[in-house]
Amino acid sequence: MTAILERPVGSASRDASDVVRRARRGPARHRRRLLAVLSLAVVGAFAVRVLLGDYTVTIPDFVRIVGGEKIPGATYIVMESKLPRAVLAVLVGLAFGVGGAIFQTTLRNPLASPDIVGVSLGASAAAVSAIALGGWSGWSVSLAAIGGAVGVALAVRAVAGDHGGFRLVLAGIGLAAAMQSVIQYVFTRVDEWDVQLVLRWLTGSVNGVDWATIGLLAAVLGVLLPATAWAAHSLVATELGDDTAAGLGVGRRRTDLLMFLGVLLVAVGVAAAGPVAFVAFLSGPIARALNRGRTTLAGAGLVGAVIVLVADYAGAYAFADLNLPVGVVTGAFGAPFLLWLLARDHTSRRAA
Amino acid sequence: MTVTAQPTAIDTRLEASALTLGYADTDVVRDLDLRIPHGKVTVVVGANACGKSTLLRGLARLLKPRSGAVLLDGEAIHRLPTKQVARTLGLLPQNPIAPEGVTVADLVARGRHPHHGAFGRWTSEDERAVAEALTLTDTLELADRVVDELSGGQRQRVWIAMALAQGTDLLLLDEPTTYLDVAHQVEMLDLLAELNARRGTTIVMVLHDLNLSARYADHLVALHTGRVVAEGTPRQVVTEDVVRTVFGLDNRVIDDPVSHTPLVVPVGRHRPAADPAPDPQENR
Repeated sequence: MTAILERPVGSASRDASDVVRRARRGPARHRRRLLAVLSLAVVGAFAVRVLLGDYTVTIPDFVRIVGGEKIPGATYIVMESKLPRAVLAVLVGLAFGVGGAIFQTTLRNPLASPDIVGVSLGASAAAVSAIALGGWSGWSVSLAAIGGAVGVALAVRAVAGDHGGFRLVLAGIGLAAAMQSVIQYVFTRVDEWDVQLVLRWLTGSVNGVDWATIGLLAAVLGVLLPATAWAAHSLVATELGDDTAAGLGVGRRRTDLLMFLGVLLVAVGVAAAGPVAFVAFLSGPIARALNRGRTTLAGAGLVGAVIVLVADYAGAYAFADLNLPVGVVTGAFGAPFLLWLLARDHTSRRAA
Repeated sequence: MTVTAQPTAIDTRLEASALTLGYADTDVVRDLDLRIPHGKVTVVVGANACGKSTLLRGLARLLKPRSGAVLLDGEAIHRLPTKQVARTLGLLPQNPIAPEGVTVADLVARGRHPHHGAFGRWTSEDERAVAEALTLTDTLELADRVVDELSGGQRQRVWIAMALAQGTDLLLLDEPTTYLDVAHQVEMLDLLAELNARRGTTIVMVLHDLNLSARYADHLVALHTGRVVAEGTPRQVVTEDVVRTVFGLDNRVIDDPVSHTPLVVPVGRHRPAADPAPDPQENR
């Protein structure tokens, strides 16, 4: 150590600065590349979702349709089915991916994602109650969903305290079950309902959503996502634990703000597409694995968008004569992932 | 402790005034007055659960006082903007968490957070501060390694580097030598002593080992049930009586042959030497 200390200050620190710059450049470059690749993946999956499937649309046709030209048959299918589903898939994928990663990072527990701890189902229960029992629509449904999500989040926190330990996950799973029974109860109280509707509010679907709802979601995300990007600056400190964060001048209020934004993201996503199962839960860990183990909220959002697009495509076309809602597909893939995560955690802890 | 006369004109930037701290319904630190001498190494010692970590958390504004106040440059620390405090006072808690996959350079760079605005840009000054912190802690060659993969001693040096990158005049550390073997403990304390000597950083730390505390402290504070029992130079504080009061341990205090600071030798009930030492019971 003394050898380093005795070197002339100027030269030592210039060399050292270079070392620091190089060491920091690597991870930053990897992250930028990853985000670029994921963005391309979103564009690719979006194109496949809109252009291919049971009804193929050529790119020139697609441009003409979006430009307002009427092509018999094709215009209806693109503008009323394929395009809104794809756009909604991207939006809810972003919302759930970022929202879930905020939960998992802030609570330091991959199981503490909003779809596991009942926040998504809380939003869903409130939204379905507002629609079925109150006859609400549009903005007011989003507000009801936000109310439900915030209510569950506060309840979980009141029961389990601030930290993301197993108490929080257990309390959340309990509340999730309660919310699910609220949804089922609501369906017994309405006269006319169909399987699609039940599936939407229990597992999530991007099918049959009007442009007004999609526009509303896009506008809200246009505010929430930049706000999240700003609030996430404090993550560099809060990831180090409450005490270290406080030492760096970041109080609990910053963490609470970020969590609140996470709750809002999930709630508005649910209000539009229902609690699409496991997207919030899956996106963060997948993005993290792709980013060499480091958290990336933007990456999680893009992974979420890819998951919802691909799952919706698979649900619509993978099984002949069966149009599965996206949530059924993500649910089917999410469950094994959950088991894998638990098993991997177990082995890595044993190895340590 | 009204007996202790206020040391006159002790140069201080951080002090506790009639400070009471606690959790839930118990007071852990009671009505405590303490002035941290500026530019010195202060070590807080005491038995388990005597309130030393609580006191450190209070000094670092992590705990709100029940009553009394912690003053930084004469102002109540809890009323100052926390980011402003973070540019003057750094803290290394007992169990900091390294995020998964984070590299050494990235972790140490996070120490610069208090110097950044809402959309803070990374500046060449930040780079210099990080480079200097890595150099001082001898962790520069670890810069692109992942923190999880380091040894305990290396990891602890990296955390100290993060606290140094913060560039504060005061540095508070809660048991920085926990989980380190004796060689790494000495290395860590040498590093902190060097920082204090080279940069004039005021250091306040909680330590477990009384003998190392006596060796490295300029100013020693002995805490017992949330009160200051003795305070001053190691020679003033580390006496057989104080050690008996604070730790409830029969002991001898001899001269440390290396540093000529006090060295505490515990007297247990087993394995007494065949010879001479007077029966411990007599001292009761």
